[in-house]
Amino acid sequence: MKPEDFELFSTLVKQRSGLVLTPEKAYLLESRLFPVARKHSLKSLEDMAQSLRARREETLMFDITEAMTTNESFFFRDQKPFTLFQKTLLPRLLTARAAKKQIRIWSAAASSGQEAYSLAMICAEEAAKLQGWKIDIIGTDLSREMVTRAKTGIYSQFEVQRGLPVTHLVKYFQQIAGDKWQIKDNIRQMVQFREGNLLTDFGVAGPFDIVFCRNVLIYFDLPTKTRVLAAINGVMPPDGFLVLGGAETVLGVSDAFKIVTGEHGLYVGASFDVAQLAATK
Amino acid sequence: MKTCLIVDDSRVIRKVARQIFEAIGYVCEDAENGQVALDACKAKLPDFILLDWNMPVMNGMEFLHALRQLPGGDRPSVVFCTTENDLGHIQEAMGAGANEYIMKPFDADIIRGKLEQLGLIEN
Ligand SMILES: C[S@@+](CC[C@H](N)C(=O)[O-])C[C@H]1O[C@@H](n2cnc3c(N)ncnc32)[C@H](O)[C@@H]1O
Repeated sequence: MKPEDFELFSTLVKQRSGLVLTPEKAYLLESRLFPVARKHSLKSLEDMAQSLRARREETLMFDITEAMTTNESFFFRDQKPFTLFQKTLLPRLLTARAAKKQIRIWSAAASSGQEAYSLAMICAEEAAKLQGWKIDIIGTDLSREMVTRAKTGIYSQFEVQRGLPVTHLVKYFQQIAGDKWQIKDNIRQMVQFREGNLLTDFGVAGPFDIVFCRNVLIYFDLPTKTRVLAAINGVMPPDGFLVLGGAETVLGVSDAFKIVTGEHGLYVGASFDVAQLAATK
Repeated sequence: MKTCLIVDDSRVIRKVARQIFEAIGYVCEDAENGQVALDACKAKLPDFILLDWNMPVMNGMEFLHALRQLPGGDRPSVVFCTTENDLGHIQEAMGAGANEYIMKPFDADIIRGKLEQLGLIEN
């Protein structure tokens, strides 16, 4: 690929999604963008670059950006954040929100929905404690294809075995074909999915008591991370909880949040008194 | 060190599974059917058993029933690993005292995930 074409595509993708593509990733760009060129009846990536220079067509730019996203996800990914949610965050909010009886949870960059549905399954397990409560779980993702998939709640045999205990498979899924499983309606109805971009208006309105934003900031450069974290902070109450992925942190990135010692992956607003959390445990 | 017994009539599966378990740090033995596995368990109970369903001589379900009757036979974690992939089989297996269930084909991630859920390895 010509350097100026790589430059054109990578700038476009960076502006629209935050994803940083270094020249070593040119091969990835080529393999992922070739199907997009096909779809738009363009013979080559060179033609696609030419076409973009002539006219910045929205559907083409959308498809290019979507094609460059990495959507890997699985149920109860890394397990610990979900134990944290069940054993620490939920009990704490059951106390803190006792007057309102409402908790709003956001799975930001939800991909195909496994994270949001994992949280919904935990809420179903805790149903006795949540009697009379309104729990909103909202998943957003830049990728229209992923949002559509997430809404169907249909997963392959392979996907339902990665991270999901078989007891949960039996309890919360129905087999719709030999190797296809669909999350049951009662769980599906607990979660809403929408298209949304972390760089713009998020696609949803806060406030959110708990934000899971995992394995997406790793793709961004420092200024973008800082900006996104500040914006997320803006849709959270001062006593809200942020959960990031295992390779992500706020340290050296954002002053809006601080770490919670001993709880890897958990972050709270700068003014939050961490002792309150310890008191819940 | 944790011990693992791999029970499958396919030599290829036994080999693949062994590689995965040894990489995690298990000491492995294998058996090509339920009877051979049961004899091994009578000699010494492993910590973990990966169990195929359809096998000649003694199948996985028969083995599981016999295992759970042995003194201390309730202790090993048993994970079925089979091409049987319908809800009915899964429920039957869990009802008979299996701890987890894997539908073939599997990979190292699936096995590791199941071991984490059973608390047998840290994540
Ligand atoms: C690796 S997945 C993470 C899925 C899930 N959070 C998890 O940890 O398993 C990253 C997701 O981020 C989405 N994404 C990338 N850039 C985004 C942006 N600017 N706004 C919203 N979503 C974005 C991608 O479409 C992709 O589905």
